[in-house]
Amino acid sequence: MKKINEMKMQIECRSVNESFARAAVAAFAAQLDPTLEELSDIKTAVSEAVTNCIVHAYREKTGKIYIQTELFDDGTVKVKIRDRGCGIADIKKAMEPLYTSLGGERAGLGFAVMESFTDKLRVRSEVGKGTTVTLIKTVSGRNGG
Amino acid sequence: MPVKIIRQGKRTTAELSGDIDHHSAGTLREAIDADIARNTPETLCLDFSSVSFMDSSGVGLVMGRYKNVSAYGGKIELQGMPGSIEKVMRLSGIEKIAKIVR
Repeated sequence: MKKINEMKMQIECRSVNESFARAAVAAFAAQLDPTLEELSDIKTAVSEAVTNCIVHAYREKTGKIYIQTELFDDGTVKVKIRDRGCGIADIKKAMEPLYTSLGGERAGLGFAVMESFTDKLRVRSEVGKGTTVTLIKTVSGRNGG
Repeated sequence: MPVKIIRQGKRTTAELSGDIDHHSAGTLREAIDADIARNTPETLCLDFSSVSFMDSSGVGLVMGRYKNVSAYGGKIELQGMPGSIEKVMRLSGIEKIAKIVR
């Protein structure tokens, strides 16, 4: 599996950037010629990860979100979404479907959606330092090489 | 406005459009809740036919409205969901609290 392209971006932790972030990653991943459904899955997973940075990591405060997208010649898309926010004390608990630390109108489905809309989900976190979420999905239409 | 509210007797239909995410959900919530408070519809129908994107914030939107409507015995219907949106909704088991209409 050979890397064929890479994109890095840094955005301010503001909810108005959620749509920009998912659209930018999807536009870049479109080079691999994915199906519309695959592209929509990527957008949804990215949207969940970026929203987590905003509502959890930085708790509506200011901060930066770093997004790295790599494309591979076998059709794999790898998106790393990193923050320098509060970190997650109990990742297992945070990943339980319908669990939310916030209540209100959050459904507690962020990680469940990321998991079911990608092939692989990796979460690394350190309390007080931040969280890195890696989303990996291999798309069927191959336009790499 | 990303939502159009239509009243027909005891039924309210909220025609949603554009992207539903954490950023846009607040505006939709306020518009729909204003109608719930004023008209207490027996059936609140959320129409997703013109929604281009939705993440789990949309599930939160439905769950929150269900709470408000069921408090006085009202019901929720979800109508016209594109496949990608139904996929997110079904993950939450939303069909237990809302009727899904094609």
